[in-house]
Amino acid sequence: MKHTRDEHKHDLHTQPREKEILPQQPGERYVKPKVAKAALSVALEERRTQLAGATVVAQLISDVDGTALGGRLALPAATTVGQLAELVNRLTATAATDAVPYAFYVDVTDSNGSDGLKDGKQESALASSLLDDVLVGRGVSAELGLVIRFRPQAVFRVRTVTRCAASLSGHTEAVLCVAFSADGTLLATGSGDTTVRVWDLDTSTPRHTLSGHTGWVQMLAFAPDSRVLASGSTDATVRLWDPRSGAALGPPLRGHTGLVSALAWEPLHRNKACARLASASKDATVRVWHAPSRALLFTLASHSAPVACLKWGAEGFIYSGSRDKSVRVWDADSGKLVRVLDGHAHWVNALALSTEFLCRTGAWSHDLSAKQAREMSQDEALQIATDRYNKYAAQSGPAGKERLASCSDDFTIFLWSPTEGKKPIARLTGHMQLVNHIAFSPDGRTLASASFDKSVKLWDGLSGKFIDTLRGHVGAVYQVAFSSDSRQVLSGSRDSTLKVWDLATRKLKMDLPGHADEVYSVDWSPGGDKVASGGKDRVVKIWRH
Amino acid sequence: NEYIEEAIKKHGRRFDHDERKRKREAREGHKMSKIAQSLTGFKAKLHNKKRHAEKIQMKKTIKMHDERNNKQKTGQEPVAEGAVPTYLLDRENQTRAKVLSNMIKQKRKEKAGKWDVPIPKVKGMDEAEVFRVVKSGKRKSKEWKRMITKATFVGEGFTRKPPKYERFIRPMALRYKKAHVTHPELGATFCLPILSVKKNPSSPMYTQLGVITKGTVVEVNVSELGLVTQSGKVVWGKYAQVTNNPENDGCINAVLLV
Repeated sequence: MKHTRDEHKHDLHTQPREKEILPQQPGERYVKPKVAKAALSVALEERRTQLAGATVVAQLISDVDGTALGGRLALPAATTVGQLAELVNRLTATAATDAVPYAFYVDVTDSNGSDGLKDGKQESALASSLLDDVLVGRGVSAELGLVIRFRPQAVFRVRTVTRCAASLSGHTEAVLCVAFSADGTLLATGSGDTTVRVWDLDTSTPRHTLSGHTGWVQMLAFAPDSRVLASGSTDATVRLWDPRSGAALGPPLRGHTGLVSALAWEPLHRNKACARLASASKDATVRVWHAPSRALLFTLASHSAPVACLKWGAEGFIYSGSRDKSVRVWDADSGKLVRVLDGHAHWVNALALSTEFLCRTGAWSHDLSAKQAREMSQDEALQIATDRYNKYAAQSGPAGKERLASCSDDFTIFLWSPTEGKKPIARLTGHMQLVNHIAFSPDGRTLASASFDKSVKLWDGLSGKFIDTLRGHVGAVYQVAFSSDSRQVLSGSRDSTLKVWDLATRKLKMDLPGHADEVYSVDWSPGGDKVASGGKDRVVKIWRH
Repeated sequence: NEYIEEAIKKHGRRFDHDERKRKREAREGHKMSKIAQSLTGFKAKLHNKKRHAEKIQMKKTIKMHDERNNKQKTGQEPVAEGAVPTYLLDRENQTRAKVLSNMIKQKRKEKAGKWDVPIPKVKGMDEAEVFRVVKSGKRKSKEWKRMITKATFVGEGFTRKPPKYERFIRPMALRYKKAHVTHPELGATFCLPILSVKKNPSSPMYTQLGVITKGTVVEVNVSELGLVTQSGKVVWGKYAQVTNNPENDGCINAVLLV
């Protein structure tokens, strides 16, 4: 094919040449990077053959509570990750049916403190085997004692979404927010044409169109028991709906004098009736309502600028971030201001809680069947939700506490421990443009941030240390969402594509083009099988494997 | 001069003042109607015009008062266009259309080679103004020689052509080597030697001859100023545009094009 000069010229009047991003094969197992022979230099190849039969002394330490598992073990160098996982399961005496997958991280400093590393990274995630990743990949000597930390991962694995299963049109204006219910069976979308639509996911048709608002519907929130849907709009009202029947639950909640910018329900384990709802607004107040009676319980007014984001924590605190650069912690029962977290230099855009997934899904978990979920009574639900929360809180160290992350227009993110004190755990810098959205992974270990500088950055959720940058988008990244097994993260951007990234390899797993215009909102269903995205092109797309 | 108000304050008003005022105001309507009916001609036209304007104003205020009492039905105002989610509110996002149009404009400007100069348009000089015919020959009938009546720049190694053959005569009195160049931001003026005439806006022929008139872009030697580029090189030549008529003033004033 002859390439003339004209073909390479970027002609503005025709379609620009697109750069193709080839997707990696969707992986169902741990991604084993194929160590291509061509890539290894001759020296490495030599080293590999040399060390193939060597024995390495290793100590297994649990990442959750820091205790050692067994004594020092002599392992063959070619031990794979799967074999290590089996070993840990045997040593912890778990039954074969309850086997838990683990992720392994090797600390490559020896006891003297000198590190045998080339590029300064202290921790190396194991992807295939000790030999490939640590000894050859990192150049660590086989005579050093290794410390291997293991961390339990979600037992279920979410398959990556690869295709657009349905394009649901029906909205006459841009789709501003999409939300799955706690059990993932219902999908609701709010749009600029002032309606909320509830979609039937099996037949890809609109089930109900809930009209009543007189302004753009910018916020949607399902109650943790999925019985009530709350929607907030620019007409300063919050309306409650029954998503299953499509009926409005009473007149709208009036009281705000500015548009409603955020909604948060009280978690199930604190209130089995899911009765309380908080709404934040441009008039710088947060109002807490009693949903069944639609009464205003109290108003939290202390901010001096529009409140942009709101979260109801699992420990009975309400967190609100506002354009007056502060994050305020309120007590949910009395309505008193507990703490003011200062530190940001510009508007606070979004908040993320490490317990967010717990609070959102309430009593639902992947091993509940649909029938069980529907017929659960309130007390049973409360019991299950409380058990889940207690299990989370029983983790040692900072993992068991509730962590709050706030991102701002000043290009940084703060990681706070709001129940303990005013001082932040860490300030996460590195973005070149404002950070628009952050999300904690469901296990609370990783934090992902989406920024207008076209990148998504991953940070350690416990200490705030930077992990990696995920580049690939060509426009500002608007939202991020984690899959429920914490292995994948999804990002939706202004360049109309969604991208799925794998956390283990930190690479692009799947590129999902298809939208015609900017993608405003993305959500991954808690069940893990569906992703919904909506944007300026007025279409809601459902993506499946 | 407030003698009326002063007098009222000092002595008060008539006892029947309020009564008379009330009655006068009550008669107002009848009086106005009598005037309106009896006026004719041009006066009537003026009066009617004024009254019409007054009535319109009155109707408006009544309607406004009425609005306050009426409760508007909700949903009558149309929903605004351009729905955006909360995180995009109050952000000035340059639309893609604007970015593209800016790009196109930039490309066009570069292609056209238009420069941003302080004096963009200059009145063109015609030949009769710039050249004066010099008659030559034994009978003074040959008229092919021209003398340039404007300021010129000839350069260092300039040597005249043999006088018999030279067509354009540049008188030595009108030759200039230096220009008074003003830096637009600093405000200071320097006397800098001219390096060459870059472009005369009237005609490319004048550029070739080195004619300097108002609006001409000349290159000046700025090594005196000590300017350095980002890569560390010293700048020694910069363009400047002439701002006066040198043939009238006897000197060349220019402004530096930064």
